[in-house]
Amino acid sequence: MNSAKRFDILRTVFSVLIALAISFAIIFVVSEQPVEAIKNLLIGPLTSKRNMGNVVESMIPLIFTGTGVCIMFSANQINLAGEGAFHVGGLIASCVAIKMTSAFVSPVAALLCAGIVGAMFTAIPAIMKIGTTANELVSSLMINYLALYFGNYMLNNVIGDPKASAASYKLTEASKLPVLVQGTRVHLGILIAIGVAVLGYFFLYRTRTGYELRLTGENEEFARYSGISIVKVILISQLLGGFVAGLGGGVEMLSPIYARFTWTSLLGYGWDAIIICTLSRKNPLYTPFAALFLAYLRTGASIMARRTDVTLEIVQITQGIIILLIVAEQFLSKYKHKLIAKEAKAALKEEEAA
Amino acid sequence: MWNAILSPDFFGAILRAATPILFATLAAAIASKSGITNMALEGIMLFSALFGVIFSSLTHSAWLGLVITIAIGGLIGMVLAFFVLNLKTDEILAAIAINLVATGGTVLILVAFSGDRGVSSSIRSVSAPNITIPLIDKIPFLGDVLSGQNVLTWLALLAVLLLHLFLYKTPLGLSIRAVGENKDAAESVGISSRKVQYIALIISGALAAMGGFYLSGGYMNMFTKDMSGGRGFIALAAASMGGNTPVGGFLVSLLFGLAQALANIMQLTSLMPYEIILMVPYLTTLIGLGVYYYAQKKKKERLSGK
Repeated sequence: MNSAKRFDILRTVFSVLIALAISFAIIFVVSEQPVEAIKNLLIGPLTSKRNMGNVVESMIPLIFTGTGVCIMFSANQINLAGEGAFHVGGLIASCVAIKMTSAFVSPVAALLCAGIVGAMFTAIPAIMKIGTTANELVSSLMINYLALYFGNYMLNNVIGDPKASAASYKLTEASKLPVLVQGTRVHLGILIAIGVAVLGYFFLYRTRTGYELRLTGENEEFARYSGISIVKVILISQLLGGFVAGLGGGVEMLSPIYARFTWTSLLGYGWDAIIICTLSRKNPLYTPFAALFLAYLRTGASIMARRTDVTLEIVQITQGIIILLIVAEQFLSKYKHKLIAKEAKAALKEEEAA
Repeated sequence: MWNAILSPDFFGAILRAATPILFATLAAAIASKSGITNMALEGIMLFSALFGVIFSSLTHSAWLGLVITIAIGGLIGMVLAFFVLNLKTDEILAAIAINLVATGGTVLILVAFSGDRGVSSSIRSVSAPNITIPLIDKIPFLGDVLSGQNVLTWLALLAVLLLHLFLYKTPLGLSIRAVGENKDAAESVGISSRKVQYIALIISGALAAMGGFYLSGGYMNMFTKDMSGGRGFIALAAASMGGNTPVGGFLVSLLFGLAQALANIMQLTSLMPYEIILMVPYLTTLIGLGVYYYAQKKKKERLSGK
């Protein structure tokens, strides 16, 4: 491992520790029972099988959107439509799963539809950028709201169960993903998620297209001069990223957590994905670890919020600080210089000795 | 329905709905003019909506509350500038982080301050007053539209003019535009790009703070969780569609106000499902962005003789 890489890991760990320290400080200020709160936050998730199950089940959507965003951001396309893709993915999957009753075929069809619709969704800002040069960041922020209101429209007018409030008809049993660990809600989705993360890694780091994609992300001008089609790179990266995010929405919908489509607001997994992508440094292979960390933190926070007087929202502050510190290039940069200089000197000495 | 739409009341409603977006759009415009996309507007507005309530209640004065809120808004702009300019943080990721801290932080502070989790109704805040300016209220139609508007709406309109003068008629405004156009060229004639971008982001934060204050102390009279509701993002789109000029941004903000006011009226008439009407502002921006940038692209191609 070279020193730059080692430094990256070190800085990530350091950022996480500092963010946790700041959060603890805040807890001490706002809480009457700070020690109890911190204890619940840190070891709460380990206290029961159900809590551990909660950690694993909340990792699943994070891995999907995290991998999707890794692929989209690797091409340096700051497309935030992953949020909306996840939402429409869940919506379409539930539409399919309400109607279809055959085992195996139904979930597969639902998930495929979710992925395809997700891909079409994130392609909209990409196509707009290619066709009109409109900034993908801004247009993707806008279409997320379209996804939300379209979902609400469908829920209230098309798939809504008149006997339930703000919920669709029941999804058929045949279309649900099976539970893997009895006594928890850990379902098949975790295996699909890890599979997708590994495939995402292979695509980005072991295929020619993936290389072209990353090269374009690093330096678009250089990629253009090397004969890479930027239009192709933008389209492929955004279609694939959206497919994965949409698939994630579908998997979440078919999980044992939901019996009906009930999303009346955006769930925020598209934003979480950016934290996952930052923590895993755009490498899908690391997204399960980043997701584990975030899911653990959140499960801990919700246990803490249930048992003590500290609110759940403290985690958002922790997450914000982590992002800030990890992406701040100058943070600990003096130490990085020292580390690299030391390595260079050592190499020089070895050369002299030889 | 047409009677309702052509009435001064309706135009008044457009202005009311457009005010927070207009402040944020001006904030986005000045940041973009200096070469930085300020996506933290959403978080700054959210913080300001809460701080407006808290500080106007602590000081028993809407004006003092507003001044403190503006100062904090400027400070958050400065924090963003520090991360982006000094620590070389990606501006989008830094903004996302600030927005996250705002989402969580506002709830945390609200709970600590009032014990409530969602709304600040237990805090006795002071809202900014509605005012009628003599003489202007005598102008037919326009007088009826403008009279009784919140003082912050007046300030927003004034801010369009002031920001226009600032950007196009002062040396500092010229420096901001120069840095945004070409940082290196600006540096080569002795402009400190860092200083200029700091100033632009502080002003940007202060403007967004006024928009946030209006949300909880004008448009409504309390703070509710996540009440910025994506207006900071809409503002990025509006500023971009308005060519990052104050006057252009003003016109696009009115378009948003129009869509919002129209949605409110249509909701009553039930001609269309209200979810579809709520999509209108976003759809309008999306199409507007496409058309605007397509026209720009064609213009560039024509100029370069392709």
